This record gives sequence, structure tokens and C-alpha cells, in this order.
Amino acid sequence: MTEEKKVAIKKIQATGQMRKIMADYFYKLDGVSRDGSQKIAWCTSVGPAELLLSLGFLVYYPENHGAMLGATRMAADCIPVANAVGYSPDICSYLTSDVGAYIRKETPLSMAYKGIEGLPKPDVLVFNTNQCRDVQDWMGWYSRELQVPMMGISTFRNIGDISDDVLAGIVQQIKDLIPALEKISGNKFDIDKLREVMARSKRCSELWKAVLESNTSSPAPMSFFDATIHMGPAVVLRGSDIANDYYELLLKELEDRVANGVGAVEEEKFRLYWEGMPIWGKLRDLSEFFIGFNTAVIASSYCNSWVFEAFDPTDPFLSMARAYTEIFIVRDEDFKEKYIEDIVRRYKLDGILFHDSKTCPNNSNNRYGMPERLEKRLGIPTLTINGDLNDLRCYSEEQAKTNIEAFIEQLEAR
Amino acid sequence: MNYFVGIDIGASATKAVVINDGKEVLGYSVVDSGADFEVAGSEALTQARQAAGCGASDTLIVTATGYGRRNVPLADGTRTEISCHAGGSYHCFPHAHTLIDIGGQDNKVIKIDDSGRRTNFKMNRKCAAGTGAFLEEIANRLKIPLANLNDLAEKADAGVQIGSYCTVFAGTEILARIREGVSVEDIVKGIFSSVIKRILEMDPMAGNVVMSGGVVEHNPFLVKMLEDRIQKEIFVPSNPQLTGALGAALFSLEGKGKGGLNA
Repeated sequence: MTEEKKVAIKKIQATGQMRKIMADYFYKLDGVSRDGSQKIAWCTSVGPAELLLSLGFLVYYPENHGAMLGATRMAADCIPVANAVGYSPDICSYLTSDVGAYIRKETPLSMAYKGIEGLPKPDVLVFNTNQCRDVQDWMGWYSRELQVPMMGISTFRNIGDISDDVLAGIVQQIKDLIPALEKISGNKFDIDKLREVMARSKRCSELWKAVLESNTSSPAPMSFFDATIHMGPAVVLRGSDIANDYYELLLKELEDRVANGVGAVEEEKFRLYWEGMPIWGKLRDLSEFFIGFNTAVIASSYCNSWVFEAFDPTDPFLSMARAYTEIFIVRDEDFKEKYIEDIVRRYKLDGILFHDSKTCPNNSNNRYGMPERLEKRLGIPTLTINGDLNDLRCYSEEQAKTNIEAFIEQLEAR
Repeated sequence: MNYFVGIDIGASATKAVVINDGKEVLGYSVVDSGADFEVAGSEALTQARQAAGCGASDTLIVTATGYGRRNVPLADGTRTEISCHAGGSYHCFPHAHTLIDIGGQDNKVIKIDDSGRRTNFKMNRKCAAGTGAFLEEIANRLKIPLANLNDLAEKADAGVQIGSYCTVFAGTEILARIREGVSVEDIVKGIFSSVIKRILEMDPMAGNVVMSGGVVEHNPFLVKMLEDRIQKEIFVPSNPQLTGALGAALFSLEGKGKGGLNA
């Protein structure tokens, strides 16, 4: 019988250190939640975390928890629970996974970290709609459920050129958060502390960018699937030296791989872009599937979303507004197309794989003809697969894999 | 003597084609896929090699395709059905064309260039709207043998409009039409129209158009209806259901079955 080639994902040695710092982070959150020694803010992943950190909050990110629910496939049991209390199966499955998990009193944190029994209790919930409106509704649920104040920033969407007016509006919204946050944290806002946090976040962004850009080498040292795991510290620990030390370590390892011609995929034949959200419950499976076809999925706009190049400690508010507005997801179609085009050329990619994520229209970029336009302009094929970030009910494995395999056969025949 | 075999294990039917090194079809078979793809593949192979007159000492090189492609123990290699349908279609019509394959569970629209290279392909989204499974479900709902659908559609006057994407909802729409007293013939023509709508929304029907697959083999009126709709002649291989298996056999001949000795 012919069988799929047995493959092994090449282990990144720094993973051990990442696991340790992530464990330390969650144990710290758990400890603080129990002893009340520090205030805890829940924040959207591209929210004003730097401001919260400067005010002395320990920050927890529900989206990170959503991804964990997806990766552990706990989402399958949690989403229907949220559906039953009024949250449609068609909205963000991070939201429905997380709300369902809360109702079921379950968390993957308890499985991963012995002794942690639940989520850290928030003192405030802070959002930024630069990603989507769903994050605000998500925080809204917890605000009502836990009787915790919610506040946030409403960013315009579909932004092309980032105008001064847009930035001024966001700067004002950030500043408007400060009095309430001072009251909740019990700390006075200190711009020098914000500058310090921002400097560390900027360094984190530079290092994370360098990590991702190591994949412009051939063979690429790291896959997109690896990157979705290793971006954890950039999401939850940015603004700290811990994250920066980690990315120094990871970058060194990847630079060594590049220097020695070691690729994430043996005998790399094709290089692909993954556009859109990961399918968290199928990361390993898909990673191995692509390796089996000597195909490296090595670039994404998703992982790039935690690169905040605009951070400037000398001008913290304006640069914070700019950094949170520059990210891919909040931009218009023209910007996105040019962005992808640039990456395809720089990473020398052979094709683009669009993930049409059922519950994340905000980060599914195949729906308005972009694949067809890019095919024409770049002269490379594209493929769209249907799935979802967390809701595996929306993913037909056999059809997705047949599509991917046929796509690779098409590349072979070119 | 060497023979080159393609086995296409689809969701509904398993097809096998045996060709010689001159690409001539010597024998073929079609069996139900059933619940055991391995058994279906083996049965199809046995029947096709008998039809081709292969002896016990002859060498068979086998490429498997379709949903059950990894369930064929005797296969030397595999290829996806998308590549195989494209290859089989180009063999029959060696010029640039748009291939529409309507299978038991998937519809495919495949663009093939002048040199036979596949430039693009699209499959239907997850649901089975517009596929053979859709026709089976509706025939079952109407208590009509699947084999009668084509004749009924041909006898229809107008045909009804079926609006829903969803096979189950389409079934509900049909119940409403039955209640209104619409003839069975018009309902069947309506479901053929629904299949055509699902095809047309997948991709523009550029250039020459070829249709293949089991649904087309058993329902040639569908081809006529699509021709009327797009106002151009549609080419159909002489055995449209065998197109994928033929393409797989051609991969065997070229030694390009993945995982095979010649891969």
C-alpha cells in the first residue's frame, strides 16, 4: 500500500527555553491572581499593552488563551456551549472557544501547568478594535460576567495611508484611558516608564522581525507552523527583557541553521505563503503534511502582526498609535495586496495558500478576488482552503489535503 | 508485456483503466466503491485486467487516484484526482481547455493550457451541493431511481428554480414544489439547473470546455443544458467517467506515480 511519507518536524532547540518562560509567565499570573499583589489587565493582543505595563499591570491576553484552546482541541467542546448562550457559530471562534471554556470552568492552562486552576482574575478589560469588532464583544461578555470595567480604543478599519487625523484620534483615545487606568492600578502614569516599556517592546519587535526574516534564506530555517508557536513571547511577554533574551537565543539558532544550510524542510523544493489565520488544531498535522512533500510554508502576514516597527520611545503616544494601526489586518485591500506582493518577491515564494477561515472574515483575504489578482500580477498560483482558526467543524481534512497535494503537483509540473 | 493501469477510487464508484505503451485503452471496469476501498480497488483491477486480456506473467504498473488512492495495496504510486482528471482530459482533447468534472462528492473546474499543464483548479467548497451526492439525495427524496433522472429531465417543459446552496434545504424546496403540484419532470430539470449554477459560480467557462465524470456519463442532458446556458459546444470524452483513471494510467506510463519506483 502506498502511504504518506513518515516525517519528523525538526526540533528547534530554543523551544525548551520558550516553554520555561511561558510557564513562568502563567505561574506568575496565577500567583498574582491569588495573592492580589499586582493588578491584572486583560488585553487584546494588539491592544495598548505597553500603556498597561507602564502602569504596573500584569497583562493577560485572551487571544493567546483562544489559540491554546484551539491547539489542544478543547475548542470542539467549548464552542457549542457559547453557541447555546447566544454566540453564533459564525462569529470569532476564539471568542466562542474562550467563552465556552469559561462557562465549562475549563482551561488548557490547568493541563499545561500543574496547580493552575483557572484564569487570572482581571481588574480591567482593555481592547483595541484594530483587529475586529469581535474582540470588543468578547471583552464585553467578561465585563458583564465578572463585573469588571471595560475600556478600549476604537480604531478605524480598512485604512490605506495612515493619516495624521487617524493617528490623532487614536492618540487621544489612548490618553483618555489613563485616568481610569491610574485609578484601577493605583499607580500614577509615568511617561518615562512608558518609554522604557516601549523601548523593550521595540527591541522585541526588531528581534522577532529578524527571526521571521531569516526565512528569506534558502532553505528556510523555520516553518510558518513553528513561527505560530514561537511568536508566543512576542504576544504575551513583549515589553520585557525576558522576551528579548528569548528572541536573541532563537535568532542565534536560526542564524546557525542558515549558516549551515539547515532547513526546516529537508530538500526544500517549494516555498509557500500562508495567508490568514492558522488552523490551530491541525498545526502539527499540516506541518508534517507539507514536510512530506518537501514544501516549506515559510511566510505569513499573521506572524508579522507582532512586529511593531513604529514604536519610538521618544514619541510614545504617537508611535504607539502608529504601530497599532500599521498592522496588516487593519489595512485596506490595496495595502494588503502590495504587502503580500513584496513578501512573495523577497522570500522567493512559489505559491500562496489562502486560508478562508469561516469565523474570521477580518483575516481571510481571499474573499474579494485578491488571489486571482495576485496570480495575474505575480505569475504564481494560489490555492484557497476552507477551514477555521479554532472550529474544526468548518474544516474538511480530506478535501483540504487533496487540494494542497494537487497544488504541489501543479507546482511540480510548472 | 507491460501494461499501465490507473485506478480511480471515488466517493461513489471505483474505475480502472488499462492502457499499453501506445496509450491505447485495452480494458476498463467500473465498480461501486462501497465501504471498503481496498476491496473495490482490487475488484476494479481484476475486472479491468481481464477485460484487457492481461496474462499472469504480464507486468502491471499501477497509479491510484481519488479519495481511496492510498488504499490500493498494489499501487506503485499515487496522484491526486485533480492531476489525473487534467491528464486524462488533455489526452482526449489535446488543446487548451476548461475541464469540468462532476464527481460523486466533488466538483472540479480545472484550467489546462496548450501544452497540457494545469494552470489553475478549483474544487467545490466543503458541502456537496451540485455534486453526484446532491443528485442521489434528491432522487432518493423523490423515490426515483438514479438511472431515470436523465430521461425525466429531458421530458420537462420548464424546470423549477432551486435557490438553496444546501442539499438539505434544496430538498425542502422540492417538497414545497411537490405541494404546489409541479411535475416530477420539471423538478428534476430544476435540480439539473441547480448543478449547473453551482458549476458556473466556481470559475468562468473560458475557451473550450470539456465535461467529465460519472454524473455526466449517466446524465448527458446536463451537458446539453450547460451548452444552452453558455452558448458553446462542450466536448465530452467517450467514457467521461473514466477520465481520472485514464489520467492515472498515463502517469503509470510516464513513471510519474508519486511513491512509485519511477517517481
